[in-house]
Amino acid sequence: MSKRTDSNGYTIVFAIIMVLVVGALLAFFASSLKPNIDENKRLEKQQNILYAMGVNENDESSANFVSTTVAGAEFVKYIKKQIVLEVDGDVVTSQQNRDEYMAENNNQEPYLIDIKQQQTFAKEGKQRKLPLFIGEKDGKTFYVAPIYGKGLWDAIWGYVAMDENMVVQGAYFDHKGETPGLGANIKQRFFMDDFIGEHLLTENGDFAGINVAKGNNDPKNEEKTDNEVDAIAGATITGNGVTAMIKADLALYVPYFKTLKK
Amino acid sequence: MGLLSKKDAALITDPLLDNNPITIQVLGICSALAITAELKASIVMALSVMAVLALGNVVISLLRNVIPSKIRIIVQLIVVAALVIIVDLILRAFAYELSKTLSVFVGLIITNCIIMGRFEAFALANKPWRSFLDGIGNAAGYGLILVIVGFFRELLGSGTLLGFKVLGDPIEKTGLYALGYENNGFMLLSPMALIVLGVIIWIQRSKNSSLIEEH
Repeated sequence: MSKRTDSNGYTIVFAIIMVLVVGALLAFFASSLKPNIDENKRLEKQQNILYAMGVNENDESSANFVSTTVAGAEFVKYIKKQIVLEVDGDVVTSQQNRDEYMAENNNQEPYLIDIKQQQTFAKEGKQRKLPLFIGEKDGKTFYVAPIYGKGLWDAIWGYVAMDENMVVQGAYFDHKGETPGLGANIKQRFFMDDFIGEHLLTENGDFAGINVAKGNNDPKNEEKTDNEVDAIAGATITGNGVTAMIKADLALYVPYFKTLKK
Repeated sequence: MGLLSKKDAALITDPLLDNNPITIQVLGICSALAITAELKASIVMALSVMAVLALGNVVISLLRNVIPSKIRIIVQLIVVAALVIIVDLILRAFAYELSKTLSVFVGLIITNCIIMGRFEAFALANKPWRSFLDGIGNAAGYGLILVIVGFFRELLGSGTLLGFKVLGDPIEKTGLYALGYENNGFMLLSPMALIVLGVIIWIQRSKNSSLIEEH
């Protein structure tokens, strides 16, 4: 039995046409839906930052953002300043406010700065820009910094809100593809809430970060100055990723916090 | 069903029970274990698979006479991958929160054996309308099991259904919790999905002994 569709020529022509048609279709969907997707991502960043500084709709157990419909207004209401820092060693070499940054960067809001891209710049020896969001709520000032790193399977990132002594006031973590039920639990309340009140600095004022520690002898997390929180069982590598991104990214902000003390 | 002939109606009703893709054909187990910790995720996964399977079946069926048999598996894979990516993009544009919950599992749709299985076994040999019904039927059978498993896991594991606290409040100790009832955290882990699934298969086979294979 020899069918027309069995010939090599037909097979190759079919494959080529198929690839062209499917490619065009996917390109059409991707580009026509891009504005909606970008808008969703933008609102999510605002929600994340607000969450870290305690503007959220948490109930007793689950983490809930402020709704997307009010996120924009709440962001303007609570985030008083967005600044973009450049540091060199222990010195803040440049500090731009939102308007200065936007004038230089095609009107890009500082909270939309791509942290992964900035980390790549730093690796290439270029100057890394460090966004910092200064919020006020109930008379308290929060300094919210973005962090970005890698977990077990894929990227993990988060926002950490601190006071002027680098004591954590709130944290939000998220992930792209950590294991559900294990590593994915870094975005659960029981893990994120452990960070609240933890000190990033040692008593001497040196930066120590916060270890997501197994074998922590303080599982109830009553000790806030031990630079440790309790790890999640079965999520060692994700937890190590959280430790690493806190250490690497928040250490860069230390020079700025030193200027606050002067 | 007045709209459908008896033969066509069987395409929808058969996979619901006596030829269920999960409990009888044991396909699509992976996603059935992974995402059924919540009822909502189960429902969304079921609907996504239904859309992809029904559409994919129609596309494959329309192309069944022109697909070169040498590369038919690759063609099936491209069709399902393209459909899944489109579903993913639409979710990300219009149901962002949901798409984040499902992000890990959207990829699982592509590798869901039910989809490739129906393409290969049914759509390549049948007309579009029948293939469409077959897709709806099989996805409904898959979804039915997902929803049953999700219902029990969320109810017993978190004490909620679709996020509503149907058993009272575990912290305030109201409702059932006042009597000393506790949520079973184990229900939230995948192994319990397998056990729930096993119980469903057990019940089904005890009701219909013709399903039991002879050895």
